[in-house]
Amino acid sequence: MAASVRTFVRSLSRKNAGFSAVLRLSDCRWFSGKAEERSTHFGFETVSETEKASKVYKVFENVAQKYDVMNDAMSLGIHRLWKDALLHVMHPQPGARLLDVAGGTGKASIPAEHADKSRQNPDNIWLRLPPPPLGDIAFRFLEYVRSQQERQQRRAVLLGQTPSWQDVSDRYPDGGGAPESAVVVCDINKEMLKVGRQRADSRGVTTGLSWVVGDAEELPFNDDQFDLYTIAFGIRNVTHIDQALKEALRVLKPGGRFLCLEFSKVTNPVLERLYDVYSFQVIPVLGEVIAGDWKSYQYLVESIRKFPDQEEFKGLMEDSGFFCVQYFNLTGGVVALHSGFKL
Amino acid sequence: MWLRYCPRSILRRRHIELTSSAPFVHQLHTSRADRSHSYYDGLYHGHIHTTPFQKALLAVGSGVAALQDPYRHDMVAVLGETTGHLALVNLRDRMRNDPEGYTILTERPRIRLSTLDLKNMASLPDGSFGREYLRFLEDNNVTPDSRAQVKFVDDEELAYVMLRYREVHDLLHTLLGMPTNMLGEVVVKWFEAAQTGLPMCALGAVLGPLRLNASRLQSLFTSLGPWALRNGRGARCVLNIFYERRWDQNLEDLRQELHIEPPPVTLHSPRKT
Repeated sequence: MAASVRTFVRSLSRKNAGFSAVLRLSDCRWFSGKAEERSTHFGFETVSETEKASKVYKVFENVAQKYDVMNDAMSLGIHRLWKDALLHVMHPQPGARLLDVAGGTGKASIPAEHADKSRQNPDNIWLRLPPPPLGDIAFRFLEYVRSQQERQQRRAVLLGQTPSWQDVSDRYPDGGGAPESAVVVCDINKEMLKVGRQRADSRGVTTGLSWVVGDAEELPFNDDQFDLYTIAFGIRNVTHIDQALKEALRVLKPGGRFLCLEFSKVTNPVLERLYDVYSFQVIPVLGEVIAGDWKSYQYLVESIRKFPDQEEFKGLMEDSGFFCVQYFNLTGGVVALHSGFKL
Repeated sequence: MWLRYCPRSILRRRHIELTSSAPFVHQLHTSRADRSHSYYDGLYHGHIHTTPFQKALLAVGSGVAALQDPYRHDMVAVLGETTGHLALVNLRDRMRNDPEGYTILTERPRIRLSTLDLKNMASLPDGSFGREYLRFLEDNNVTPDSRAQVKFVDDEELAYVMLRYREVHDLLHTLLGMPTNMLGEVVVKWFEAAQTGLPMCALGAVLGPLRLNASRLQSLFTSLGPWALRNGRGARCVLNIFYERRWDQNLEDLRQELHIEPPPVTLHSPRKT
């Protein structure tokens, strides 16, 4: 039944595109460099590809300030569990280098030691909700790695009760000590990065974090740079998903892991119905009331429907060159976590 | 399956747009304010289709948001639009039955800085409506362009009535001689509630006084309030006046024509005191 719905949707979108789109698409095959005339989807609209990038940019420019509040409101706080699941699957070790693409607001996870400080000085622009105890990928990663480091140190202390001279000298910190983990947060939208940097500064988290403006389809990094690449709820906004996947493959070190958290097709039909009603009826209203912007959240909800489902995305990843691709459904398929390795 | 829950109008609308207009014509750079393209998705520019369930949610949500932060004018506007259908129909009918109101409905004038001739208005004699309006704008540091767009009214004519009501609000301040501080706004809201019957005005009229201090409350309940209600009920419908053609009319004459008594207490605007 899902398959028939999918074909129906595809035929509908084809009808929506109209004859002119079909003609243009076929023209493009023979003429290269006519990117403006190739069409793609922007929510349920069909737009040209160059237009899509700028439209998406404008959407996120508008939503940046209230992004975190809206995330909490829309997902009823469950998005934190999703991000925790991502970290759990990622299981990063000290020394790992992470690239978080479309990580925009880096939505501040306060590492545990900073949590109390922030509760004393609540950041009032984020309104009446309490500051999230753990936030987005970049900060969760830093905290996870720190706790791993502590764990390893504890283990080393336990094991090394009667050390030899060699062991003692090895344990002396040399220069920088253990290789430091670093996170690079990359986003195409300066507004989102600005918000993220503000949050990091206000929480006092500055080491191990860089903020870079860049396009997921053309990353400003050399090859083989990162151990981990994550993109959380960002890949559906990219115009050419395969291009973004190829770039991810390029910047990962051999043995590196690609992780993608994205909204996907719900498997349970009952939940699917509820989810649809909630998405189309409630979320734009929340957008209007909290952020004063109905249309951006209408776009967000529509773009989720247009995104390929779990199996299709897995196929895309395999085509781009990732190995051992697997996915995990979270919250009944509302969110899917895809993972692949570069070998 | 999710198509069922997506308002059918959206899908139909997009289909019509894409086959009729030419979406692949290179769009000129549009400003941020004009994000909703040159062709619009609804019955009028800025219109957003909503189901009754969504309207109910919007009404509740915007009410809560407006109560929490009274400076969120967009929320007050949304509350007005989602709850005011019957009152708007009533207002529209009153406008249709009045010759001047009917002219307004057909000609659809707008009160914006771009349509006002400020130099001409400044040269009008003191005591004329236009001069006093300009003085009101300057003293209270407001502009007629700060009104929110109408988004959730599902009839094009009613949307214009709503818009006209918003634009006339500042003129009401001048007619009633009320500044834009809290007390002045509450008095105008009482007048509007009595005149138009919009639920949003009634809500503002009831909840506004909660933020006033004791002396202002006393002034409201003893003199200004009853005056506002009395005049609201007795005056001609303020939407029926073609203000743009009456700038040079004397303010007192206009008040008499509308059956509005002069204010019992003179309130000063924030800047003057």
